[in-house]
Amino acid sequence: MYVNRTIEEIHDALVKKEITSDELVKESLKKVHEVEDECNAFVTILDDAKGVDVTDNLLSGIPFGVKDNYSTKGILSTGSSNTLKDYVPFFDATAIENLKKAGAVIVGKTALDEFGMGGTGMTAHTGIITNPWNKTRMCAGSSAGSAAAVAAGAFPYALGSDTGDSIRKPAAYCGIVGYKPTYGMISRYGLFPYASSLDHCGVLTRSVKDAAIVVDVMKGKDAKDMTSWDSSNIHLKESLTGNVKGKKLCYIKEICDLSNYPLASTELKEHLANFQKTIELCKKIGMEVEEVSVDKKLLNAEPAVYIVLSYAEATSNLSNLTGIIFGPRGNGENINEMMMDHRTNGFSPLIKRRFVIGSYVLQKENQEKYFKNAQRVRRLLVNAWKDLFKKYDGVILPVGSGPAKHLNKDLDNLSKDTEILEEHLQIGNFGGFPSITIPNGFINDLPVGVNITGNCYDDENVLNIAYALESNMNYKNMIAKEVRK
Amino acid sequence: MSKYIPTIGIEMHCELKSNSKVFSPSRNSFNELANDNITPLDMAFPGTLPSLNVKPVHDALKMALVLNCKIPKFMYFDRKNYYYPDLPKGYQITQNTEPVGINGYIDIPYQNDTLRVKIHDIHLEEDSASLSHFFDVSLIDYNRAGVPLLELVTEPCFHSADEVLAFLEYIRTIYQYCDISEADLKKGQIRCDVNVSISDNENTLGTKVEVKNINGFANIVDTVNYEIKRQSELKDKGRYDEVEQETRRFDEETGMTYRMRSKVDAIDYKYFVEPNIPKFKITEDLIETIKDEIPMLPKERKELYTTKYNLNEIDANILIKNKDIADYFEETIALGVEPKTACNWIISSIMGYLNKKDISIKEIFVNPKRLKELIELINNGTISSKQAKEIFQKVLEDKKEITEYITKDNAQISDSETLEKLITEIVTNNPDKVEAYKNGRTNLFDFFVGQVMKETKGKANPILTKEILINKLK
Repeated sequence: MYVNRTIEEIHDALVKKEITSDELVKESLKKVHEVEDECNAFVTILDDAKGVDVTDNLLSGIPFGVKDNYSTKGILSTGSSNTLKDYVPFFDATAIENLKKAGAVIVGKTALDEFGMGGTGMTAHTGIITNPWNKTRMCAGSSAGSAAAVAAGAFPYALGSDTGDSIRKPAAYCGIVGYKPTYGMISRYGLFPYASSLDHCGVLTRSVKDAAIVVDVMKGKDAKDMTSWDSSNIHLKESLTGNVKGKKLCYIKEICDLSNYPLASTELKEHLANFQKTIELCKKIGMEVEEVSVDKKLLNAEPAVYIVLSYAEATSNLSNLTGIIFGPRGNGENINEMMMDHRTNGFSPLIKRRFVIGSYVLQKENQEKYFKNAQRVRRLLVNAWKDLFKKYDGVILPVGSGPAKHLNKDLDNLSKDTEILEEHLQIGNFGGFPSITIPNGFINDLPVGVNITGNCYDDENVLNIAYALESNMNYKNMIAKEVRK
Repeated sequence: MSKYIPTIGIEMHCELKSNSKVFSPSRNSFNELANDNITPLDMAFPGTLPSLNVKPVHDALKMALVLNCKIPKFMYFDRKNYYYPDLPKGYQITQNTEPVGINGYIDIPYQNDTLRVKIHDIHLEEDSASLSHFFDVSLIDYNRAGVPLLELVTEPCFHSADEVLAFLEYIRTIYQYCDISEADLKKGQIRCDVNVSISDNENTLGTKVEVKNINGFANIVDTVNYEIKRQSELKDKGRYDEVEQETRRFDEETGMTYRMRSKVDAIDYKYFVEPNIPKFKITEDLIETIKDEIPMLPKERKELYTTKYNLNEIDANILIKNKDIADYFEETIALGVEPKTACNWIISSIMGYLNKKDISIKEIFVNPKRLKELIELINNGTISSKQAKEIFQKVLEDKKEITEYITKDNAQISDSETLEKLITEIVTNNPDKVEAYKNGRTNLFDFFVGQVMKETKGKANPILTKEILINKLK
């Protein structure tokens, strides 16, 4: 097997002609089919994908997966929604274009929570995506298919998108690395929008270095995305020295301290204890780590802010889905009936619920109270984090309240008081901060993750810290066990 | 005329001139072929993003400056959300929170006086697609989707259709002067919404009725007059409560307006700031640069022409109506041609030719330099005015230099020695006629002129001929 190795190892094998690109693609496709059978992770598998010439570029000739909310020329791109179930775009997203130029080979389009909305991997139009470590558990979402496929070893990396935590949470649940760079470092042109001010492109890999290699290729200023910026002086892979002496991290008491969760489950207790072990490790490898406090009231407001802002933007962003220009035509006597039929039958109930809330908070009489206030609190939260970045290189926090949740939700003790633990990664989207999740242990034979978030444009520093930490733990390049058998 | 005081406000939409659309790289040009000027963004394919074009932004700022508006510190856009088949994204990118200009005014020439029009705001936005409705289908042409549009909103400050018309015509020339828009009515580049109300007295406003999407100035005048009449008649009959705050449309066939919807049913557009276009600072430097690009406007030019160049009002009005013609005039007099002469040539010969050929003054072969050459040839007596007119036509037809037509054959005889010799001969050969002339038959003077012309085949300089003859016949 080669596809379950690191990018550098695979590149080496290609250069030494131990394997050809074509053979590698075939190997990947075989695994892709297995993951599809086990986890239902794909919308489209490109069985006719071919290898390409291997160049100096580390990604050349290597297969990868793409979340199905990226526009891929000539390849079905559904956003995992019935509203686009037959949509074949005639242009590539800029990030895809950049990867293709480097010689990377797409072998499959991965399933997601419809249009990136939902954090379970259970709302794709192709059905529930299951966790390759334990099929009774979810992958989290929305980049569920990408996370499952990378964790199962189908290819070294898959593209994801992250509006709340859609890369970083599934990465944690699947025992892999999930990285979303600073807002605008990767062009969003061609990414189906969910909430434009929060949407990020990013990648899921099995190591920090692989994430750096891939984003080095994906990133760049793009005339088609006005929010993109010139990052030509940022070299992620080269910045991975592993030297973190003198770096300073902080974690937030109101999120990490067990005393915040009187009803804590065993998994949560273990998770927070494991987190503290990681903190000790950080110190051991030369970093200073301090516990800080952030106003609990502000933190408690965070989940609602995300709901208001992202749902509002979503209702507008997805207004182009009418079935008139693309997507299946709805039935009806007139255009309004046709649009209504298309949208009523096309969207899942979860999305329709979000549209209703999004429209409500944007209504003239509600906008000040909900939408504008949410924008204000967003600003407060971002400022609170920016204040931390004045003193610290990054904020380190546990991801979620433990390992992957059961698909049958009744088995999980979903409590309101762990909400901030579940949702705090969204602050990374509020501020557009670079943010990376890496695996930091196991609970009940299931992986758990830790997240490091830094200041805007400080991606090199954030990745290097994650790299150093990863190098001192035993969770690098893991392949999920259910599919390993 | 109505016995009530009508009050009218205007929303004027004008399509801007630019190479590409306001948020996409597709061409912005009139195109007969439907759905040809389009990119994925214009049809809102998933994942497409707007990229703001510089030219429309500059033009919007330029117009805001012309209208003496307050300009915000930052430029950004809002989404106006609604579903309509001509709006592919399901929202229009426009400016609601912070228009490019607010609280402005402009003084326009009106009935030999000046009328001050107050401007509520001016904002930059994108046009929608165009729809054609047929018996059982409707067709959508996305060529127009994303064309830059400036919407100019006046305060309710007009009190007659004439004032409205004067304003529209003046703003139209400004768009053309500033090279912001062709402002071509035939291409539908200007569309207006008008708000009309009537009142008993100056201090209160009546119920406002909006008539939307009117094409053509004549239709706007008809709409205003019709609404004043309709509302006045209802008020006369004591049925003013039937005048509702509503949106109506104008029907060209009948010349009447019809109810579309009540204001109560107005759509909530759920405006919010467009997240894909970052805010950018409107610097003082940028404003200064744009100010320098504003040419002298028609009102100021007219003042210059009537005071400094002593043209009459009518002539000045004709020249300023089109910036290219005014520029041509100014260029010609800058070359040293006497203003009135230049004006006469432009208004009669040149504009006559332009109308006949339906071309612009920029395309005419006789440019200011050639016109000056022609006028100089008349002034120095090389050719007569009549000959000049003939040469003018020939030059335009053949596109050859004027000198090619000045030959020995058609050049005037302005050499006084030659003429004097010839006239002496004629006088000597007609002693009886000389006698009769001297005895009072002054009309015989024309006989002598005729003889000179006959001998010279009409090329004798008429003024010189007359001078010499008068002398010889004394």
